[in-house]
This record gives sequence, C-alpha cells and structure tokens, in this order.
Amino acid sequence: MDILLAITVGGLYAAGIYMMLRRNVVKLLIGLGLLSHAANLLLFTAGGLVRGRVPVVPDGGTWPLVIVADPLPQALILTAIVISFAVLAFALVLIYRTYQTLGTEDLDELKATDT
Amino acid sequence: MNAQAVVILPIALPLATMVMLLLSLKSIPAQKLIGVVGSALLLLSTATLAWLVDRDGILVLQAGNWPAPFGITLVADRLSSIMVLLAGLMVFAVSVYSLASVDNSRVRFGFHPLIQLLLMGVCGAFLTGDLFNLYVWFEVMLIASFVLLTLGGERGQLEGAIKYVTLNLISSAVFLAAIGVIYAATGTLNMADLALKLRSFPNEGTVSVLSMLFLIAFGTKAAVFPLFFWLPASYHTPPVAVSAIFAGLLTKVGVYSLIRAFTLLFVTDLEFTHNLLLLIAGLTMVTGVLGAMAQNEVRRILSFHIVSQIGYMVMGLALFTPLALAGTVFYIIHHIVVKTNLFLIGGVVEQRFRTGRLERIGGLYRSAPVLATVFFLSAMSLAGVPPLSGFFAKLTLIRGGLEAERYAIVVAALVVSLLTLFSMTKIWSEAFWKPPPGDAVTDVSSRNRSRTGRACLYGPTILLASITVGIGVMAGPVMNASMATAEQLLDQNAYINAVLPDGPTGQVPAVSRERRSP
Repeated sequence: MDILLAITVGGLYAAGIYMMLRRNVVKLLIGLGLLSHAANLLLFTAGGLVRGRVPVVPDGGTWPLVIVADPLPQALILTAIVISFAVLAFALVLIYRTYQTLGTEDLDELKATDT
Repeated sequence: MNAQAVVILPIALPLATMVMLLLSLKSIPAQKLIGVVGSALLLLSTATLAWLVDRDGILVLQAGNWPAPFGITLVADRLSSIMVLLAGLMVFAVSVYSLASVDNSRVRFGFHPLIQLLLMGVCGAFLTGDLFNLYVWFEVMLIASFVLLTLGGERGQLEGAIKYVTLNLISSAVFLAAIGVIYAATGTLNMADLALKLRSFPNEGTVSVLSMLFLIAFGTKAAVFPLFFWLPASYHTPPVAVSAIFAGLLTKVGVYSLIRAFTLLFVTDLEFTHNLLLLIAGLTMVTGVLGAMAQNEVRRILSFHIVSQIGYMVMGLALFTPLALAGTVFYIIHHIVVKTNLFLIGGVVEQRFRTGRLERIGGLYRSAPVLATVFFLSAMSLAGVPPLSGFFAKLTLIRGGLEAERYAIVVAALVVSLLTLFSMTKIWSEAFWKPPPGDAVTDVSSRNRSRTGRACLYGPTILLASITVGIGVMAGPVMNASMATAEQLLDQNAYINAVLPDGPTGQVPAVSRERRSP
C-alpha cells in the first residue's frame, strides 16, 4: 500500500508540475490543485499507514496498547484541504477576472508587469 | 493579567479589530477610525510584549494549557518580539497613511479588515512555536495579501497577482510536503521538540533533504535568489499603502522563518547548509541590485532593492557568528522602517504626477522640500551612509564577515552598497533635482488637499524617517538589543527549556515509538 501511494504521490506531482508549465491559465490552476493534492497525500502516507486500528485508549489505561493509526496527520490534512479549497476558489475567480480584463488566457501574453 | 497572556495579544487584537471592521463595513468614517485605533492598540500591545520579553526573557504560552509538544505553543523570544513590534509600528504608519491615499471604493470593499487580517497572519507567524501552525499563519497572511493585491481589479494588479499567487502557492505546497516528511521522521512538529530530536537524528541525509525543502519554502517567501521573481512582478501594482506594508513585512516573514529554521532546527551540518546560504546571500544581493539599476520607475526600483537587501539579512544568518547574526537583526530593524518609508514616499510622488516613471516626474526638491528631506534621509540610510541606521547595520555585517574571514561576501556587500547608492541617487536626481518635464501631469487635487489629508500622508513618512535617524543616533542601545537577540538565537537550549520545562518527551512508551523506526 505504501508503494502504491508513493507512486500516486509522485504521479500527482509530475502531472501538477507538467500542467503548471503549460501556457494556459486554466491548466496552471489545475496544476496548482494537483500539487496541493500531492502534498496532502504525501502527508497522509508519511504519517504512517495502519489499517483498522482506531486510536482509542482502553479503559483505565494511559496509552493505546497496540500500534494504532496516528490521527494527527489526518487532522493536518483536513486543515490543509480547507486552506487549499479557499485558496483555489480565490484563484479561480482571479483567473476569470483576469480573462475578462485582459482578454487572454495565454500566460505568455501576461508580460506587462514583468521586468 | 499575567505576562504570558500578552503573547496572544498581537494575534487577538487584529482579529477583534477585523471583526469590528466587518460589522461596520457600510460606514467609511467608522472603517477609518476603527482601523487606525486598532492599529494603535496593536502597536501598544507589541511594545508591551517587547518590554516584557526584554525584562523577563522568553515568554511561552501553551494554548489551551496543553503542555508542549502536544498543544500549540506560542513563543515570544527577543527576535519574535522585535519582529512583532516592527509589524505594529508599520501597520500603524500605513493605516494613518491609507486614510488619505486609499480610495473610498477600496475601503468599502474591505481594505481595513484585510490589513488587520494580514497583520494577524504576520504576527502569528512571528510568535508561533509550531511548524504546522506556522504554515497556517502563512496561509492566513497569504490569502489576505492575495485579496489586498487584487483589490480594485486594475489590469496590472490582476496580472501581477497571477504570478504572486502561483509562486506563493507552490512554496506553500513545498512547505506542506516538508512538514509531512519532518513529522514522519521525528514524530513531532513543535519546534523546540524538533530541535532536540534533530540533534541526535541518526540519518544525516534525511536532515539535509528536510533542510533543503524548508530552504525552498521559506526562501520563496523571503524572495532569495533564484526564487524572487514573483516580487518585482507584483509589488509595484497595488495601491501604495498595500505595497508599503508588503515591502516592509511579507518578505521579512520569510526571512524570520529562515532564521528560525537555520538557527534552531538545522544546525548540525553547518558546512553544507550555511555555506549554501552564504552563496545564496551573495547572489541575491548582486542580482537584486543589478535588477534595480535597469529599472526606471520608482516602485520597480524599490522592489528590486528589497531582493537585494534580503541578501544582506541572509548573509548574517549564513555567517552564523554572534556578531553577524546581530548584524542581521539590526539590518531587519533598519530595513523594515526604511523600506516601508521609501514606498510611502514613492506613493506621494506617484500621487502628484499620477505616474512613477522617472522620465515623467521632476522638480520635487523645489515643490516639496519636506518630502525631499525625508526621502533623502531614507535613501541615504538604505545605501548605508553614516550616521543613519543603514550604516551601522552594514558595518556590523561587514565586521562579522571580516571576523569570519569570508572576504568574498564582504566585497560583494560593499560593491552592492555602492550600487545601491547609485540607484538611490538616480531617483534623487530624476525625481527631485531635475526640473519637471514639460509634459508632466501634476495632479491639482493633491495640491488643494486639506491640511488633515496632507498630515496623513506626511505624518507617517516623517515619523519613520525620524526613527531611521533615531536608530543611527542611538545605535548603541539598538546594537545591544541586536547582540542580545543574536546570543539568544545561538543558545538553542534557552529556547528549548522555555518551551519544554520538563525536558524532552521521554514518557512516550515504546509501542508508539516502534512504528517510527522501520
């Protein structure tokens, strides 16, 4: 399972970066989305995969007695998903407004503010 | 109220101010009043915090009373308290300035609440002692800066924003990945706990990979070579008040994080990490200043100078001696004040002529002598002319470089300093000395501006310029504070003991450790 997820993460990173290198702003945005998914999955995989062991401390004990799933990475991912959702929603509006104002979706034509 | 509670104030106050501002969004006078009063309160609270930290040492607040490393820790050491104090000062100056420079439609769309949100993110990033929490504050700061950057929706703003948003999101994704890997490697995200665990970490390769991931993430935010391209492409597009606060604070959050990461966490392989930082510092200085020389617009020149000066700050960090780190701290103090002020002054110039292009402006020495004086003081300070603040900052860094026998970086720093002087002189002679060109548009409305309007524009610039002079005149006390900060940064045990008074987390039973050592 670890290896499968590692390949998935790698694939998502590759696809995300490839999309970001395209000239179309919509593809750029899709690339950003894929990149944040890749980071989330990486966090999930790196946190350790444990199947079907809930992190519950038995009655009267202070520590779980068996190896349990670490809930922290999942909490982190949840936060990161919320953040990336908000940021991507903003970016969608941004590229729409840019398209309306500048009349182009080609990144190569957005050069006026460059140096 | 006990001393620890003050640590939360620089985060809680902007939040409270923002809520009040959002509730009164319909009334423009209320927006302006609450914005300025909230910023003044923030300045007051940050000054109190700085005073307390100076008196009592490192202040730690465990959120919800969860002991570290399980809860979220807020830590105010000397560096953090100086940074939040500067943030409070800048937001106060910019809030006052914005009264006369930001148009009513932007105020109606939430300029003031966004500034407060930005400050909450910035102060949170300075005060947190937890890596994931740092990521969250970065995002708070970023989303506020995205909206501030695009507020108004002008062509240039939208175009600059696409570049700014893209590169900052990439850096956030790298940061998040780095957090995932560091958690997998050590099982903690509390910085003090991490510092302890990374010290005795068996696998050096993993630590190197981690340090590089953080270098890319924080380096992009700090705009170091070769990751700075978003900065000059976007900082000159929004209204001046926004550019000024960005110029003063946002890149410094990146620099602060770099300092934190490379004085507390990644100090085991100095040969590799800090030599790389030194190379980056030199290249950042040189490319930044060369970029600035090629520009012909006030704010574009100043934007490139931010990049160049980030190099000086990283230089002190890379040399990693007490004196050099003190130079970095001094430089940050000097830079935030001077850079914000130069942007504010550039804004007044742009308002008068409705452009910042050097060939279309001129004659300001005659028509605005006060403005000319504050510009001259700030520009000379930026270039490092004695007895202004920049001179002592650069002097300390260069002494640090000579002591460490890193002559190449010293030469680079001196040459870049000279080139900075050249490019400041360029603005001076074009905008202030040259007679105004025949086709110059002068904004009549700015001449007839009310007394209060002028006071709002000039007041903050005069305040910041006098602080620049003040730092130069009172260089001794500022130097002592920087030196104490540097020594505190190099004494990692003080930080660790303040956060983890009961020593490292040894009580974790073998069961939950096992999984971490495959």
